[in-house]
Amino acid sequence: MSTNVARVLVCLEEVGAEYEVVNIDFQAKEHKSAEHLARNPFGQIPAFQDGDVVLFESRAISKYIIRKYKSAGEAADLLREGDLREAAMVDVWTEVEAHQYNPALSPVVYECLIYPAMRGVPTNQKVVDESLEKLRKVLDVYEARLSKHTYLAGDSVSFADLNHFPFTFYFMATPHASLFDSYPHVKAWWERLVARPSMKKLGATMAAAAAGIKQA
Amino acid sequence: MAPMKVYGWAVSPWMARALVCLEEAGVEYEIVPMSRCGGDHRRPEHLARNPFGEIPVLEDGDLTLYQSRAIARYVLRKYKPELVKEGDLEGSAMVDVWMEVEAHNIEATLWPIIRHCIIGQYVGRDRDQAVIDENLEKLRRLLPVYEARLSVCKYLAGDDITAADLCHFGFMRYFMATEYAGVVDAFPHVKAWWDALLARPSVQKVMAGMPPDFGYASGNIP
Repeated sequence: MSTNVARVLVCLEEVGAEYEVVNIDFQAKEHKSAEHLARNPFGQIPAFQDGDVVLFESRAISKYIIRKYKSAGEAADLLREGDLREAAMVDVWTEVEAHQYNPALSPVVYECLIYPAMRGVPTNQKVVDESLEKLRKVLDVYEARLSKHTYLAGDSVSFADLNHFPFTFYFMATPHASLFDSYPHVKAWWERLVARPSMKKLGATMAAAAAGIKQA
Repeated sequence: MAPMKVYGWAVSPWMARALVCLEEAGVEYEIVPMSRCGGDHRRPEHLARNPFGEIPVLEDGDLTLYQSRAIARYVLRKYKPELVKEGDLEGSAMVDVWMEVEAHNIEATLWPIIRHCIIGQYVGRDRDQAVIDENLEKLRRLLPVYEARLSVCKYLAGDDITAADLCHFGFMRYFMATEYAGVVDAFPHVKAWWDALLARPSVQKVMAGMPPDFGYASGNIP
């Protein structure tokens, strides 16, 4: 399952919204069809439709969903938009995931899992080693942060934490998962996240999809 | 109320993102200049503000923020919430869509071109035309989408300027100073949108601190 699709599905699950996943057939180049380009002009996934509202970009879609379901209990607090400072911390750590954490971690996922499975190419160990080096430095910062707060933006879960789920889930299926053992607060935070019903449910779907790709 | 402080070097396109939003917000702020070549961003006192050792950093009283887009959102939400279309479910989603498009496509495509066309010559880096050409090709595939969008509305998120437009400013400023500005000029609605941004007093003010060569030729090395 695409990590960006998973990002949106986590938020849908967290707010308890009813939704339907419509598969886009990449093999048949459906993502470049006129019908799909009308939803996402860059020909990417996910695209999202809620009545007349059509959106693309997984983080934009996710925030729309969270805001729409604002009154649904805990979901109300995922963006903290009622409080300027707290909302700012959610934004900071959402940006950090996109621009620090993901660039360091995702190459390991691509090299160890995705490229071998999808393209039959061997792992580029140099890329993996360089990425792990960057990731260690990023995790140093996360360890310090999570030693002071239960979650990244404060003491309850937010959109910032949820954004880490898809790629980290796959990272834990690579041979390098044990890297997190050196960062006890980060590891504990990760374990709290994946105990959430939304992530247990999606994790099962993602693992099944990954197993399906390996066998293909 | 003490003015907000922004730490960094004013020539940085990331710094420009924060500054243009501060200008649009009409709020008092002070730039605390830092030296990139002097490694100020790696010193302990800066790492205490931003553990990733980057700029800009915003201080608003006892609140310290980093990541230019997070700073942009905070400043606008606080002083000009209409620029993030706060309270408007669909409108705020459109602002987010185009901020994400910029974040994942524009910066990554324009910055390598800017580095090779403008900066390289001053820092002893050979111009890599292959890198420039690869990114120009990506840009040529992005711009038709922008052109289509800006043909149906004046600004990216609708008919009013928002954070989504402002966040493009810094990188566009330098790209349009390269010899490849014509690539954008070929798309009339994108060109008109860019001209409209340039006409804004906020943009002009911030641009005054951004010489097209980043200050290298005049010896003001960032």
